[in-house]
Amino acid sequence: MRVAFTANGRPVEADDVWEGESLLYVLRERVGLPGSKNACEQGECGSCTVYLDGVPVCACLVAAGQVQDREVRTVEGLADPVSGDVGVVQQAFLDAGAVQCGFCTPGLLVQTHALLARDPRPGDTDIREALSGNLCRCTGYEKIMDAVRLASARVSAQGRGQA
Amino acid sequence: MEFLRPAGWDEALAAKAECPTALPISGGTDVMVEINFDVHRPAALLDLNRVTELAEWTIEDGVVRLGAAVPYARIIEELSGPLPGLALAAHTVGSPQIRNRGTVGGNLGAASPAGDSHPPLLAAGRDVAVEVASRARGTRLIPIDDFYLGVKRNALAPDELIRRVHVPVADGPQQFSKIGTRNAMVIAVAAFGLALHPRNRTVGTGIGSAAPTPRRAVEAEEYLRGVLEEQRLWESGAPLGSEVVQRFGELVRAAAAPIDDVRGTADYRRHTLSVMARRTLTWCWNDYGKQIRSAA
Ligand SMILES: Cc1cc2nc3c(=O)[nH]c(=O)nc-3n(C[C@H](O)[C@H](O)[C@H](O)COP(=O)(O)OP(=O)(O)OC[C@H]3O[C@@H](n4cnc5c(N)ncnc54)[C@H](O)[C@@H]3O)c2cc1C
Ligand code: FES
Ligand code: FES
Repeated sequence: MRVAFTANGRPVEADDVWEGESLLYVLRERVGLPGSKNACEQGECGSCTVYLDGVPVCACLVAAGQVQDREVRTVEGLADPVSGDVGVVQQAFLDAGAVQCGFCTPGLLVQTHALLARDPRPGDTDIREALSGNLCRCTGYEKIMDAVRLASARVSAQGRGQA
Repeated sequence: MEFLRPAGWDEALAAKAECPTALPISGGTDVMVEINFDVHRPAALLDLNRVTELAEWTIEDGVVRLGAAVPYARIIEELSGPLPGLALAAHTVGSPQIRNRGTVGGNLGAASPAGDSHPPLLAAGRDVAVEVASRARGTRLIPIDDFYLGVKRNALAPDELIRRVHVPVADGPQQFSKIGTRNAMVIAVAAFGLALHPRNRTVGTGIGSAAPTPRRAVEAEEYLRGVLEEQRLWESGAPLGSEVVQRFGELVRAAAAPIDDVRGTADYRRHTLSVMARRTLTWCWNDYGKQIRSAA
């Protein structure tokens, strides 16, 4: 089947999509957006987290046909579309050293972006709760916590919606 | 495989009537795992995401009519007042991403004994009902006590879809408790829901993950109802004797029929149920006592 949707503000189309295929597969293999990672395909790890109509979801658990005519925003869509400069959350992860192998990073970036859009100054408990569906096997999470706090401080300094 | 995308409820029922083997997909958090791992290759997927009325809820005559496709995240945000037990349970489901997609309709469709919606729905009382419909026979209400038939089996006919769940607005404290290995992303080792219903002076319970189906602890409900009545505790809100709390825990424990599996042993499950029963009863009764005293 053919599936057409908006990805990071641009209309995209994929042909010959298998009916049981996931949004994650379509993003990575069919429309050239391999940022979202596939690490479990069962909703456990969060590395495939994307926005679907503004709501963070596991792309591996969304059927491709379900996104017809809808809006998807992936980690690629967090950078400035013109300059390509990384966003505040991405920069904070770089500055805090929150990236090791990087497999978990795209999902964490989207989920953190969503957290800070809703609550620019989350407490540590809020951060842990918001990231409870994102697994990282490398960092031990402390650097990730640092990165989110850093992003929060920078977003708060800039005002809302700048993540 | 086919992918069916009905634009509304009638179209969805028509699609299900024409293709009863089509597997409905709502949040996809159960369905997609099975497809990704090739556990299940349905003839067709029937996408319910475009049936917008399924993602709505209303309150009519003191009853919440909860659309099958309202995700857990919205239940927590919008319905914690009228449905406190279900909202507490929703909060323990998976992770934020899972709660953004997963639905009560999907939990009922999957009918896993470990589904977290079930204990609070049972506890909310015998008037809770699942509204289902087919094109051929129209709408029917299945009482929650008749809905769960076996491990991952429910009372839905092949041509039927779940439209919504009718749950009375809470008229007293409700609690939910769940045992697992960590705070997130946990399939319950055992779970327990409790609701006090001061208006008709009954008590509701629901046991999860400790029998082939979710079930209520009937004798525990009856015992507590009797004690509250005889000792006129609904009026006084006076503290429950520790022997009452203890006995309630024992009766809940006795109502379970758990198995040993990778998540826990049958013995451990029974033990956790008696502990959860005592805890939730203490929490609920403390809240009820406070309400009575502040009203006095
Ligand atoms: C990582 C992870 C963690 C999880 N954690 C929990 C947890 O803590 N607690 C818990 O209870 N569950 C958990 N689940 C399971 C799942 O999220 C829930 O069962 C959820 O409620 C399913 O809802 P859904 O809309 O995603 O269902 P779907 O996957 O879309 O559907 C599930 C089943 O219901 C049927 N169905 C859906 N809607 C309808 C309808 N309207 N009419 C008829 N049939 C219908 C489908 O055909 C399918 O058989 C978890 C899943 C994952 C992947
Ligand atoms: S790949 Fe989707 S949650 Fe792990
Ligand atoms: S950096 Fe390797 S999994 Fe997180």
